[in-house]
Amino acid sequence: MGRTRIEAAFAKARAENRAALVTYLMAGDPDLETSYGALCALRDNGADIIELGAPFTDPMADGAAIQKAGLRALAGGTKLTDVIALAARFRKNDQTTPLILMGYANPVHSMGYEAFAEAAAKAGIDGSIIVDLPPEEDAPLREIYGRHGLSVIRLATPTTDEHRAAKVSEGASGFIYFVAVTGVTGAGSADPAAIAGRVAMVKRVSGLPVCVGFGVKSGAQAAEMAKIADGVVVGSAFVEKAGDAHATGRFEAAGPAMGMLAHELRVAIDSVRKA
Amino acid sequence: MDLRNTWDKWPDANGRFGEFGGRYVAETLMPLVLELEAEYRKAKRDPAFVAEMQDLWTHYVGRPSPLYFAERLTEHFGGAKIYFKRDELNHTGAHKINNCLGQVLLARRMGKKRIIAETGAGQHGVATATICARFGLECVVFMGETDVERQKPNVFRMRLLGAQIVPVSSGTGTLKDAMNEALRDWVTNVETTFYCIGTAAGPHPYPEIVRDFQSVIGREARAQILEREGRLPDAVMACIGGGSNAIGLFHPFIDDEGVRLIGVEAAGHGIETGQHAAALNGGRPGILHGNRTYLLQTDDGQIIDAHSISAGLDYPGIGPEHAFLRDMGRAEYLSCTDDEALEAFQLCTRLEGIIPALEPAHAIARVGEVAKDLGKDGLMILNLCGRGDKDVFSVAKALGVDV
Repeated sequence: MGRTRIEAAFAKARAENRAALVTYLMAGDPDLETSYGALCALRDNGADIIELGAPFTDPMADGAAIQKAGLRALAGGTKLTDVIALAARFRKNDQTTPLILMGYANPVHSMGYEAFAEAAAKAGIDGSIIVDLPPEEDAPLREIYGRHGLSVIRLATPTTDEHRAAKVSEGASGFIYFVAVTGVTGAGSADPAAIAGRVAMVKRVSGLPVCVGFGVKSGAQAAEMAKIADGVVVGSAFVEKAGDAHATGRFEAAGPAMGMLAHELRVAIDSVRKA
Repeated sequence: MDLRNTWDKWPDANGRFGEFGGRYVAETLMPLVLELEAEYRKAKRDPAFVAEMQDLWTHYVGRPSPLYFAERLTEHFGGAKIYFKRDELNHTGAHKINNCLGQVLLARRMGKKRIIAETGAGQHGVATATICARFGLECVVFMGETDVERQKPNVFRMRLLGAQIVPVSSGTGTLKDAMNEALRDWVTNVETTFYCIGTAAGPHPYPEIVRDFQSVIGREARAQILEREGRLPDAVMACIGGGSNAIGLFHPFIDDEGVRLIGVEAAGHGIETGQHAAALNGGRPGILHGNRTYLLQTDDGQIIDAHSISAGLDYPGIGPEHAFLRDMGRAEYLSCTDDEALEAFQLCTRLEGIIPALEPAHAIARVGEVAKDLGKDGLMILNLCGRGDKDVFSVAKALGVDV
């Protein structure tokens, strides 16, 4: 099921001559109920694919915004099983929007790859991005995912050359997540001109859609990235809305704020429709 | 005698020690760790690299460090003869510099001009800053905010040496967070920066590199004990945080199956309290900081903060080779509480006139039991991996003395 839903999402965007909007939120930040509302708001406002962040105490590849979001979610008691349950709840009423679990290896390893894959597939999760499982280390997971129809989504970066791109593509499915800047999430801003060639190379080598993320916050930046990629990923900017809701104690404001941002990004992406 | 050993084939081509180790890093870093591995293989075979390191070890660090017969401690326990490997006499006062020197020489070979490091107590930070000063390289040290406050003298030493200290407030502001922040810096500055990891952990090839550079401890100790006593010891002992001094001592003896390898973890307030740093005795396998190893973690796979009176042992993981040696039964891992370490710290100071760091005090706390177990004919070596000057204030505080 997983791969089909992801493929369908890209096919739909392609048919509309536009890039897909991929949004991220941290599950359980500021609480699980708010996250559920936010998932619906993102979907209703044009998100084509949603990455569901699973919190981890030591997120080595994340900048301050997502680090804090993870700690807020953990402080609220969010467990990996809660993240899976949140996905299942969303999937009951939505059979089309792909959900990608994004996180770090240890919570998944702790649950057990087989148990995780089985629960994730049952919940309607379509695949995962495990930041610290490069192709050299994800063989056991890949084999299990294959049996459960889940996608292993890999990362490519500005340090990925053609040789490495081939390695990154081995066994990958769904799409390739191209990290636009060398750095952590939410830091700096990417220059589309500088990475366009590499994005095209990764697309050619992998034969998969390529989504670009890291450092994309505004509609204007999303529009620029939409010109060179099959999808645009925005994360920290959404997570900051949850942070605002947490700071003011008005959790109910998070969903609508994320929805508005998704709408703004989607309008910007749609404005650069491809020929 | 055939000195090739069956234990020495690790890590394998994938950087694994059995089912531990590996390269669990973000994709941005993969090309870097692969390049580092390739460069290390070349450097190891390059006589010029080896000669430069040897020369600096001798004339700058002060190697070989002595092997000292701790006569009064031996009498006190009434068991096996106890020798100290005196790595606290190295320049900068700990074993850390053995590895820093090697890694910084590697960085120079690779044309990297900016060195980053994480530090807890500050010993690895000081050693890195020292070597960077020696070679005129930029040095940035990440240190947990609370440690910056607790370890003021070392912070000042690093600044004197020209290093920039970055206090880390993210997460819980401890050593593991300093390591996270160093990894974040590395991922951001991939072109210019070399990450000098202080312990025998992290992604492959770091556990191997750090072990190899620290193995100078065990190589010297093995030759020295053979010269002094005409035979191998029955046991070698060292404290374990990440485990760099221990693996450095153990590794040259790893093939000598008659030599017991004994590590001592920090049990903090006691393993049963949950406030400790004993990853092997109180943790289970998981993935953190680039390797699969034993970790302190919750049922849900979240990392638990370690606790130890000794900042140098205050880490929730352990080097992957130790995890392997433990599971294979080749090495034994004991533990020692804060209070026991404090007692051993004072005992060693009074009996031998050597103020040990709190880290090796953990090993000293267990040495009596092992010495008695081995009996009067026994022979053992304990790695005195650091001197205690840095700990004088925290020991005074723990003993309720106002300095």
